[in-house]
Amino acid sequence: MELHEFTAGDIRKLLRERKISSVELTRAYLERISALDDRLKAFITVTKDMALEMAAAADKAFGEGRESTVGGIPLALKDNLSVKGIPCTCGSSILQNYVAPYNATVVERLVSENSVIMGKTNMDEFAMGSSTENSAFFTTGNPWDLSRVPGGSSGGSAAAVAARMVPWALGSDTGGSVRQPAAFCGITGLKPTYGLISRYGLVAYASSLDQIGILSRNTEDCALLLKAIAGQDRRDSTSAGIPVPDYEAALRGKEGNFTIGIVEEFFQQSLDDGIRTLIEQAAHVFEGMGWSLKRVSFPHIRYSLASYYIIAPAEASSNLARYDGSRYGLREPAETTISMFKRSREKGFGAEVKRRIMMGTYTLSAGYYDAYYLKAQKVRTLIKRDFDEAFRECSFILAPVTPTAPFRKGENIDDPLKMYLSDIYTVSVNLAGLPGLVLPCGFSGGLPVALQLIGKPFDEVTLLRAGTAFQRATDFHLKNPPLGEAVPGGSIKESMK
Amino acid sequence: MSPEIIIGLEVHVELLTESKLFCGCSTKFGNPPNTNVCPVCLGLPGVLPVLNRKAVEHLIRTACALSCTIAPRSKFDRKNYFYPDMPKNFQISQYDLPLATAGKLSIVTAGGEKTITIKRIHLEEDTGKSVHKGTIDCSLSTLEDYNRAGVPLLEIVTEPDMRSPEEAHVFLTGLKDILRWLAVSDCKMEEGSLRCDANISLSPGDGVLGTKTEIKNLNSFKSVREALEHEAARQQKCLASGIAIVQETRGWDEKKSVTIPMRSKEAEYDYRYFPEPDLLPLEPGAQWIREFREALPELPAEKRERFVRDYRIPSYDSSVLTSSPAMADFFEATVRCGASPKAGSNWLMGDISRILNDKSLSLDETPLTPGRLAGMIDLVEKGTVSGKTAKSLIEEMLATGKDPLEIVKERGLTQISGEDAIQALVIEVAQANTEAMHSLRKGNEKVRGFLVGQVMKASKGRANPSMVNKVLDGLLGALPLPEARQDEDDHIRG
Repeated sequence: MELHEFTAGDIRKLLRERKISSVELTRAYLERISALDDRLKAFITVTKDMALEMAAAADKAFGEGRESTVGGIPLALKDNLSVKGIPCTCGSSILQNYVAPYNATVVERLVSENSVIMGKTNMDEFAMGSSTENSAFFTTGNPWDLSRVPGGSSGGSAAAVAARMVPWALGSDTGGSVRQPAAFCGITGLKPTYGLISRYGLVAYASSLDQIGILSRNTEDCALLLKAIAGQDRRDSTSAGIPVPDYEAALRGKEGNFTIGIVEEFFQQSLDDGIRTLIEQAAHVFEGMGWSLKRVSFPHIRYSLASYYIIAPAEASSNLARYDGSRYGLREPAETTISMFKRSREKGFGAEVKRRIMMGTYTLSAGYYDAYYLKAQKVRTLIKRDFDEAFRECSFILAPVTPTAPFRKGENIDDPLKMYLSDIYTVSVNLAGLPGLVLPCGFSGGLPVALQLIGKPFDEVTLLRAGTAFQRATDFHLKNPPLGEAVPGGSIKESMK
Repeated sequence: MSPEIIIGLEVHVELLTESKLFCGCSTKFGNPPNTNVCPVCLGLPGVLPVLNRKAVEHLIRTACALSCTIAPRSKFDRKNYFYPDMPKNFQISQYDLPLATAGKLSIVTAGGEKTITIKRIHLEEDTGKSVHKGTIDCSLSTLEDYNRAGVPLLEIVTEPDMRSPEEAHVFLTGLKDILRWLAVSDCKMEEGSLRCDANISLSPGDGVLGTKTEIKNLNSFKSVREALEHEAARQQKCLASGIAIVQETRGWDEKKSVTIPMRSKEAEYDYRYFPEPDLLPLEPGAQWIREFREALPELPAEKRERFVRDYRIPSYDSSVLTSSPAMADFFEATVRCGASPKAGSNWLMGDISRILNDKSLSLDETPLTPGRLAGMIDLVEKGTVSGKTAKSLIEEMLATGKDPLEIVKERGLTQISGEDAIQALVIEVAQANTEAMHSLRKGNEKVRGFLVGQVMKASKGRANPSMVNKVLDGLLGALPLPEARQDEDDHIRG
């Protein structure tokens, strides 16, 4: 087996057994990135020197007997997570020259565990998009078909993991931005409960919906990384003060008898037939494990996309107001301060970001607030209640992730409404603040398809247990994208065998 | 009949906290630009606010002192507008659910006592400061100092209850007393820690409301009063000559003593308020509020009344003594140490205040203790030292904190009360001033002060003045005086 084919869990074992060093491993992955990324374009910044330093530090820590969950294992970060001294562009021209002067809380936790940061990945500008085509710099390819999009907005992170350029990565999920690209790239993705992971240092898109998420090869890796980064942070008032369970240990626990909720409304909409069939098959897999299915109805779910596209742009219009050219980032000279703001923002923001800022500004305006923002917040409460109702009887909910398989680059770019529809099965989870786990469940026309498990608040343990059971029963998550075949895996693979 | 003046105030108060409202940066005034800053108060990408508990406590204490209703549930909102001194281009404030509402503050003016209603009190973050090179209209560059950005502010809004610039002035003074009393703010207008906007309109009567204007950023108590007086006169002139008053924001030009238009209401911002998603709703428990209410100190107004009642001192004395907690406490402690209230009050209001003012010190910055002050008052009353000696004693006590008796012994300042010693002094003075003695003997009491003064001077201030008078009276009968001079004197007088 080539080095890059190992999961993070395998790598951790090899590191602990001193079969490899973190520096060897990091070099191998750096080589793979440099060999692949010209074609894939997953990375905005590769932090080679930093990665090697961190790897050396990890090796030193191992030598001194200091073990950790994620120590020595390479990792990629979406370019909206702040790493001190490293550019944080958010995929935007307006932040092209901005270097973060501080570490995000998750980064701080990863650094303290000697994780190895390989670089910052491509994304839709300010996390607005479902294809990574809204990046100001370039579009990332889907490792299963380079002419197709990797999904978004964490498309760079998803593609990097799928193409085995890193064993795992972090993204952010405001309306499906971890789960949708995970589905499109055929990997495992987790959007945890709102408040489980500190958002400090995650550049805000829509504060009440944003949550850092994990892109990995399987549920075990997901649990390992979650364990390292979850937990209360006094710098984030919305982070929850609940004890963080040992997710890794929890996976080894007894599975129990789960009741799976199937939301009728999810299967009535514009769901691709191939995807519908694969989800139904997956449901049978769960049935085969002795779990029961229960049909549930979400009467308010049809309003979720509409309320999402009011709340998220409203918050975004405020969150993005700080990018005005006066303190950092792009500045366009002008005669007066206000025209300097206008010209910097005109030049620095892309079309989708401007569209959402305008929508948000409009819906928050005097006279429209009650009709739009307040109404959307009320709908949000009703959607949350639909979930609460279902969770009285169900352990989790089984749902599709996307209505279609990965689409071609450019296919939806001129049709924002069609693009927004790709989030139809994911946004309600953010509105309700729930955790959602995405698992590969088959292929349609040679492209990956995934299912989504939606859990009770802070019940990531159940989700990960169910996901682990599914991945034991199936092998979809073990398939390699064709891109991987033709590319060398690094010079030290002999030492691995 | 002249129209009625209607005034409402919005007061911004910088709170006395160690750190800013949403981060741990220092709030210290006067540090070099952009040294009290961090990613949070600079609003850098990715940062989040964390509420300062102390600032909430200050608000609750103020709200209790102003008899406000405190909301069991409050929240923060974002006020969105673009300005370079605001790092996030939104200000975290409170909009429709302020923490405190419906309070009151009584004021006393020449017209009597009245109550001003406090509409609301809320918390918000301060902005930074723009420094324009040249003037604001044609500056070549603007520098930003974010040291102040994020400093906690209380916004206190009154109902339009005031009917004259004087009432507004008295209200502000009373509010400042309370805020300083509670150590919630130092209320230094010159450092911007208390800022005031005033709304003013003229009502033609019968409860009809006139068009109002808002005067922004008044930075001294004097300018509040003068700006309102000017604006009332200006509006009245407009009305008298049939010119419509425009609803607008005006500024106060201190040099020219006129209000000038800043922007018209048409250009008013739409702040697009919405709930701050990065902060949880604020829910101060009933128990917490009760504890603050119970721990509230006696406020200046109550204390003023009590001093008059309990110590039987004039109300003027009482209001001076209650101008600061330190002064009031010192006074009460001095009385407890045995001094008579009026004597204590006289010393504190007179010489002690004068010396402290000259040296720009406050009472607690000196080593003087209430016990020593009472001791000194006792020495005066027992006649051990003269009043004049006491004045020099207090100077030394304020500087060194020494015991008065000790100073008296060291410097030999004991009052001379012995009849023989005083008689010698009086005779000496009488011989040198025979004409004055003669005049006094004829009943011209005006020269008595001069003679006693001469004796005091000769004794270097140590002679007991009442003993001097007594000896003087005894001497008047014994001295031989020329008759002719006496007649002449009578003649002149006649």
